[in-house]
Amino acid sequence: MKRNTLSYKVRQYLMFGGVGTALFCAVVIVPFIYGIYLTFTSWDGVSPHKPFVGLANYAAAFADHDYWLAMGRTVIYSVFAVVLINVLAFAMAYLVTSGVKGQNFFRAGFFIPNLIGGIVLGYVWKFVFNRAFVAIGTALAGGEQVPSLLASPKGAMFCLILASVWQYAGYMMLIYVAGFMSVSDSLKEAAMIDGCTPAQAMRNVTIPLMRSSFVQCIFLSITRCFVVYDVNLSLTKGDPYGQSIMAAMHVYNTAFTYKNYDMGQAEALILFVVCAVIGITQVMVGKKGEVEA
Amino acid sequence: MTQNEKAAAAKKRNHVIMMIVLVLLFLFFIMPFLLVLINVFKDKADIVTSPLALIGAHGFTLKNFPEAMAKMDFFNVFKNSLIITITSTILTILVSAMTSFVIVRNGKWKMCSAVFALMVASMVIPFQVLMVPLVSVYGGIFGILNSRITLIFMHVGFSVSMATFMFHGAIHTNIPLELEEAALIDGCTRWQTFWKIVFPLLKPTIATVAIIDAMAFWNDYLLPSLVLTNKAIYTIPIATQQFYGTYSTDIGLVMAALVLAMLPILILYLFLQKYIVAGVTSGAVKG
Repeated sequence: MKRNTLSYKVRQYLMFGGVGTALFCAVVIVPFIYGIYLTFTSWDGVSPHKPFVGLANYAAAFADHDYWLAMGRTVIYSVFAVVLINVLAFAMAYLVTSGVKGQNFFRAGFFIPNLIGGIVLGYVWKFVFNRAFVAIGTALAGGEQVPSLLASPKGAMFCLILASVWQYAGYMMLIYVAGFMSVSDSLKEAAMIDGCTPAQAMRNVTIPLMRSSFVQCIFLSITRCFVVYDVNLSLTKGDPYGQSIMAAMHVYNTAFTYKNYDMGQAEALILFVVCAVIGITQVMVGKKGEVEA
Repeated sequence: MTQNEKAAAAKKRNHVIMMIVLVLLFLFFIMPFLLVLINVFKDKADIVTSPLALIGAHGFTLKNFPEAMAKMDFFNVFKNSLIITITSTILTILVSAMTSFVIVRNGKWKMCSAVFALMVASMVIPFQVLMVPLVSVYGGIFGILNSRITLIFMHVGFSVSMATFMFHGAIHTNIPLELEEAALIDGCTRWQTFWKIVFPLLKPTIATVAIIDAMAFWNDYLLPSLVLTNKAIYTIPIATQQFYGTYSTDIGLVMAALVLAMLPILILYLFLQKYIVAGVTSGAVKG
């Protein structure tokens, strides 16, 4: 049998990769392209007619004041969450690779929040904020009933950030642990022999060599925080008065609650572009200064 | 004290400080779970009056569980989650391993590298961009939403790209071409070579993909919530969300529902902790 003909190659491809490629196209590629097409039409979700409307949906999305408020909140939330997640994850990775007793136990413990989905986590934290923290606050205030943190817009934002940091720090810690392990001890020892203090060795040897871990963790945390939905839904549900609605939730509401599918899709695409531009810029800037040992 | 003794003492002090910090962090990480755990065995009134007490004034009770189980239809949603997670994970592994095999072994063919590049690029697309078209195509045009099979089909379709990427790396670096050539010379077909030689050698990657995808499928909320609208085929996250919406005032039941939702995966983690941490680490570092 000839192995170089096109038909042989195609048959081989279909035999092994046919199903995978078909599924991938059916669920990702076709909807993606169809989604772009939808943004140029006016569609109410029911009628078979999808009249072409040009850029009207984008114009509506850009004029949607609430959307940009949600986007602004998402940016603020992401900045705090990403910084705190990575600082905490790095510190935890440092602690669990420093040779203290039971480091595997701690690693496993810090990872637990990642096992559980955002919906359940959000409800768990909602209970903690609404009941436990209120009970502590009330006891501290001498029996005077204090309001829950979730009752004020700033408090709700704080709660979302705290819950997200708690949720993702353990996962990012694992990546930083892998980064710490990849830096060989001999390099650190050489730096110490040359007169570095442990802190200097960390700053000038270990951290530069772990740059790829930072780039990766920051990328992952940015892309996840930007489209946060599950925790947002279960922890705050957008309350109080819609003051904690993040961009992804606004997109969902526009499309499925208010049935503005076309405009919701346009807003989703804008969110994707913003998220991708930030993520890719971060990776490009980060990769530039990467060094190899 | 000599220099060495001083250094040893400083090291010991550092370790004690680090240990204290670790223990405090650990408490912060498990505090929410502990709070739910101490309250699940309390009366509704006790949770409201004293959420921090270890045991409520009305004593220890188990009555929240049977009621929450019945109202959540727990065994049924658990079964649904299990069916969907296991089927989607197995299919993702089989389909992606095969796809990556043909892509790696035909690396010079432009069509293969194009498909692979498309898959890698698609990994940055957030689900929000695809949810409206998915509902519109599969709900509006084909009308096949509201079935477990559709959800499995979509789960696999979404995870093929990432899994193929991981198998691609494994085959590319770990499986020597000579091995396959030897099998071909001995009379194996390509198909047999893949299943008898290549696939068994992919075990570590299979484990990684299985752990990452099974966790993602088990915990996924948004996609299942759009696909499954019939109560009988809800998964655990949807059932929890619906349950909370209906019984949020009955805080004892909510506690029981949350414990039920978390318990299966926590029990699994107790036994497979080493593998899960290893799998997630290698998946994260490669992906």
